[in-house]
Amino acid sequence: MSKDSQGPLWEVFVQKKAGQPFVHCGSLHAYDKEMALENARDLYTRRSEGSALWVVPAAAIVASSPEDIGPFFEPANDKVYRHPTFYQIPEGVKYI
Amino acid sequence: MDNAIDVEKSFNSKLEKNDFVEPKDWMPENYRKHLIRQISQHAHSEIIGMLPEGNWISRAPSLRAKMVLLAKVQDEGGHGLYLYTAAETLGVSRDELLGALHTGKAKYSSIFNYPTLTWADIGAVGWLVDGAAIMNQVMLQRTSYGPYSRAMIRICKEESFHQRQGYEIMCRLSFGTDAQKEMAQDALNRWWFPTMMMFGPPDKDSPNSEQAIKWRIKRETNDELRQKFVDRTVEQAQFLGLTIPDKNLKWNEAKKGYDFSEPNWEEFYNVIKGNGPCNKERLEARNKAHSDGAWVREAAQAYAEKKKENILAA
Amino acid sequence: MTTQEALFKYTLRLGDTSLILAQRLSEWTSKGPFLEEDLALTNIALDILGQANSLLEYAAKIEGKGRSADDLAFFRNEREFYNTLLVEQPNGDYAQTILRQCFIDNFDLLFYQELAKSKDETLAAIAAKSIKEITYHVRHTSSWVDRFGNGTEESHTRIQNALNELWRFTDELFEMNEVDAVLIKEKIAVDLQILKPIWKKQIEATLQKANLKLPETVFMQTGSRNAKHTEHLGYILAEMQYLPRMHPTAKW
Repeated sequence: MSKDSQGPLWEVFVQKKAGQPFVHCGSLHAYDKEMALENARDLYTRRSEGSALWVVPAAAIVASSPEDIGPFFEPANDKVYRHPTFYQIPEGVKYI
Repeated sequence: MDNAIDVEKSFNSKLEKNDFVEPKDWMPENYRKHLIRQISQHAHSEIIGMLPEGNWISRAPSLRAKMVLLAKVQDEGGHGLYLYTAAETLGVSRDELLGALHTGKAKYSSIFNYPTLTWADIGAVGWLVDGAAIMNQVMLQRTSYGPYSRAMIRICKEESFHQRQGYEIMCRLSFGTDAQKEMAQDALNRWWFPTMMMFGPPDKDSPNSEQAIKWRIKRETNDELRQKFVDRTVEQAQFLGLTIPDKNLKWNEAKKGYDFSEPNWEEFYNVIKGNGPCNKERLEARNKAHSDGAWVREAAQAYAEKKKENILAA
Repeated sequence: MTTQEALFKYTLRLGDTSLILAQRLSEWTSKGPFLEEDLALTNIALDILGQANSLLEYAAKIEGKGRSADDLAFFRNEREFYNTLLVEQPNGDYAQTILRQCFIDNFDLLFYQELAKSKDETLAAIAAKSIKEITYHVRHTSSWVDRFGNGTEESHTRIQNALNELWRFTDELFEMNEVDAVLIKEKIAVDLQILKPIWKKQIEATLQKANLKLPETVFMQTGSRNAKHTEHLGYILAEMQYLPRMHPTAKW
């Protein structure tokens, strides 16, 4: 038997409550989809930390590179009009 | 060439700014090696740690105690898992890490080479050993390596119940029958000095400490942590009416802390070398579980291949 | 037999079966075939131990003699336990443990779905809570039976051996006596004979999917309804009960 690493690596994302985003909370090894899902439930939601789970083979994830930080992300820093703090709203105006 | 200087600058500035280093960032080879060793040692400790406590699951004296102990040991397995996967982000496989453990090449915390002889030992381990571990772990929540920090945050959240479970047992025993009180004192007598050894050798004998602190892999020195631990724990023992087995334990008003005897460092080095009361048994147990389970893992592998689950297909 | 006596014995039967099964399952903690599965099986053990605790607490209440769940668990002897023979059998290898669990999970799901309709509110509530847990257990163990049956030659051999070994304890799961008769009349207990063919069909489907064959000539074992056990129970109790028995006045 070649490598005995207990199956490929999977990344686990938990959604705490309906409506909230899925958040990465860790990884695990599993041999197939069903096992990955069950193991994720046992490993990462024992303390009622979530209502829904995604498990993704680590190999399927495409990640940005640290070198990308400049071109990928910095232009957004300049465009302050995308942030609510850019706008001045007179005091006393509600719901805005 | 410029790039080499840039990435190193970037790495150092992260450390200076108390920022995090992530898996795809450049890092010095020493840093990577040190982290792999430290994280995997921590993971091995959790897995081996399941054994002395697992020893009493079948004999827990109440249903609640049995449930709590099962949950605790399960948590430790989970902690090992978080840490193995954190170590894997540094380019080493679980396979390699377990191989190092099973062949005796890898180290794990010396404390787990001691036996749990009575039910009171389960109390002492939770109170003292988990107490000491928590002190180490809290500071690691802000360690420089992202995956390690995140694993430690998760672990710390779960850890506080562990120490409470141990102390609760000590309370029941200390305020129970004479036989229970004796059991509690006996456990404290045997676990006190080994717990102190958990913080590692004295600072003057620990060459790696300074670099580790620079890398934010360590925040306080061995002696600092040991002193803190003693100061916190003495009062807890007093509350239980138990005596810490150290004749030289004395409050020092000038330093606002306790003076105490140094642990027997010869014993510590012997245990590290593999001559402790349970080193052999611990490794045998893990090797047996691993080899007994080989056919299960092979079956799962074969099944997945047969099903040709193309998990990356749309 | 009064309703109260029958209810006490009935609840003991359920509580004892869960307790002894949990005790057996927790023998695997820290010895599992790989870490994730170690945690998964321990989770199952914890769920079942929780069920045992609820049931034994209720049994103690029914008895009305001031005993606690712990008193029942730690101070009764071999001829006072009513767990089924299946759960006191040794764990064997992982295939045997999983197959035993698969039998129990399928039985419990059917059983608790019916018990949830019981006129006894406490039993109905315990059943309702257990259904959620057991639904997950069934999923887990069925998957593994499939993996072993359709995995390697070795895993197939092991689970076939497990089937040959354990099948003789399965009829007993559906045995009924005066206890059941009294309580079925009161619409408290479940008619197990109705469940039997449903369970058999489900299990046969699972076994077929895993390419497993039922042993041909099987003599079904029996006795636990009268607290007549195999030799295994004595050892389980000796280990489980020794500490409280050694210090009978102590609190833990």
